[in-house]
Amino acid sequence: MTHAANPDQLLEKLATDLENLLEQRNISDPLMVGIHTGGAWLAEQLHKKLNIQQPLACLDISFYRDDFSRIGMNPQVKTSQLPPQVEDDHIILVDDVLHSGRTIRAAMNELFDYGRPASITLACLVERSGRELPIQADAVGQILELDSNEHIKLTGPEPLAWEIKRIDNQKAD
Amino acid sequence: MVNKPSRPTHALLGQDQWNIQLDSNGKLKHFLTTEGLGSNILNQILDTAESFAGVNESVKKVPLLRGKTIVNLFFEASTRTRTTFELAAKRLSADVLNINISTSATSKGESLLDTLRNLEAMQCDMFIVRHADSGTAHFIANHVAPHISVLNAGDGQHAHPTQAMLDMFTIRRNKGADFGRLRVAIVGDIMHSRVARSQIHALNTLNTGDVRIVAPETLIPKDIEKMGVSVYQDLEQGIEDADVVIMLRLQKERMMGALLPSEQEYYQLYGLTEERLQAAKDDAIVMHPGPINRGVEIDSAVADGPRSVILSQVTYGIAVRMAVMSMTLGSHGSSQDDSRETRP
Repeated sequence: MTHAANPDQLLEKLATDLENLLEQRNISDPLMVGIHTGGAWLAEQLHKKLNIQQPLACLDISFYRDDFSRIGMNPQVKTSQLPPQVEDDHIILVDDVLHSGRTIRAAMNELFDYGRPASITLACLVERSGRELPIQADAVGQILELDSNEHIKLTGPEPLAWEIKRIDNQKAD
Repeated sequence: MVNKPSRPTHALLGQDQWNIQLDSNGKLKHFLTTEGLGSNILNQILDTAESFAGVNESVKKVPLLRGKTIVNLFFEASTRTRTTFELAAKRLSADVLNINISTSATSKGESLLDTLRNLEAMQCDMFIVRHADSGTAHFIANHVAPHISVLNAGDGQHAHPTQAMLDMFTIRRNKGADFGRLRVAIVGDIMHSRVARSQIHALNTLNTGDVRIVAPETLIPKDIEKMGVSVYQDLEQGIEDADVVIMLRLQKERMMGALLPSEQEYYQLYGLTEERLQAAKDDAIVMHPGPINRGVEIDSAVADGPRSVILSQVTYGIAVRMAVMSMTLGSHGSSQDDSRETRP
């Protein structure tokens, strides 16, 4: 297994990459959306670092999961906080770990219930192996090769740290 | 004043009856009564409802229960409860069937269980039951196929748990999550009120500081003190320094015999007016499960006044019912081993 770098260092790299990407894409006034819980911590810091004008938004994708009928209700659902509509916004979607891609699929479904964004850019602190959907990140802190039974999770918000576990028969989220 | 007793035993249902509300993993499977459920479950309902309240204010509809079929089985008239259950189901993207019992096969002589078997055969996932007889929802929960959840939307004088939880949600939204420092007075027809019973259980489980009931002697059930409440017969004493005043409807349709001289006299003694409300705290909220009888248990000036949260209760009812529906239908995926006997 590759070593996961310090989250704060990765965040610096992610911020720089994202800044360049936005410039390349000519995006001047993006809407930053963090996915609960880890993504929301990161989005808060990126929002400051990139000096984004639109207020920070966050998303809880519990009501859009595709495994609801298998694992049931998330006992700790948070409230999504988005502007009333995201019509024609350039969205930067932020998550801690890109794994199966199912969380991002759910997040995009939820975003589209709020309107038709002009674009969505995906920023992830770690992009790990194990994709189950055709989804990829646009800006990444670090790419990690992990076995399917290895699980990486961001803990925080102060300090940000990685928790890596080997779990047998663990389903990807 | 009385000491709060340990868990009360219920006259109607055996000690083990409420366990059928939980699956083998301790998750909520049926919601039949607030009695016997821990504060973890009640708080989970309130927390989940909080995020659904956010949904109701923004996108309105989420895909969580797409493909599920929910049946409203109302054997007793209802507008608010049935429509908020229906809206809740629709906002979760479920399909809803409203069975009008008065024109259905039960009036042609089909038994309740045969009606249930037929609905099961249509691959329904949830029954929402209201019935004039206490215990009906329990009975149905005991006899449905294992994949079906049953929600009690009011059974006789026994329980109305989603109403109680939307009341808890209303209290929490207005007074904060610390129920320990609250004084709650429930005023009126306690005798016939399934809402009051469910509220008292929920308030006790959430460790409410002081739960009071206020009613004329004829409308107070015998031994109500054993539920851990203090009893008052004088309105102004009963609501003194209360944070929350819950008014109940006088249920004339359930009254057998002469329990009250007249509605006018009841209003004279127990009707909540602005003047009497002075006894409660300045920031007290006034609640009522509806339908309200203006000029019987509550004066219009109070019902429509600044301290009334009666219409918020209706709004919150949707979020709370969404929470209970998603928690109960979501429990099935995790429970593989349902060992209950289902078929007679």
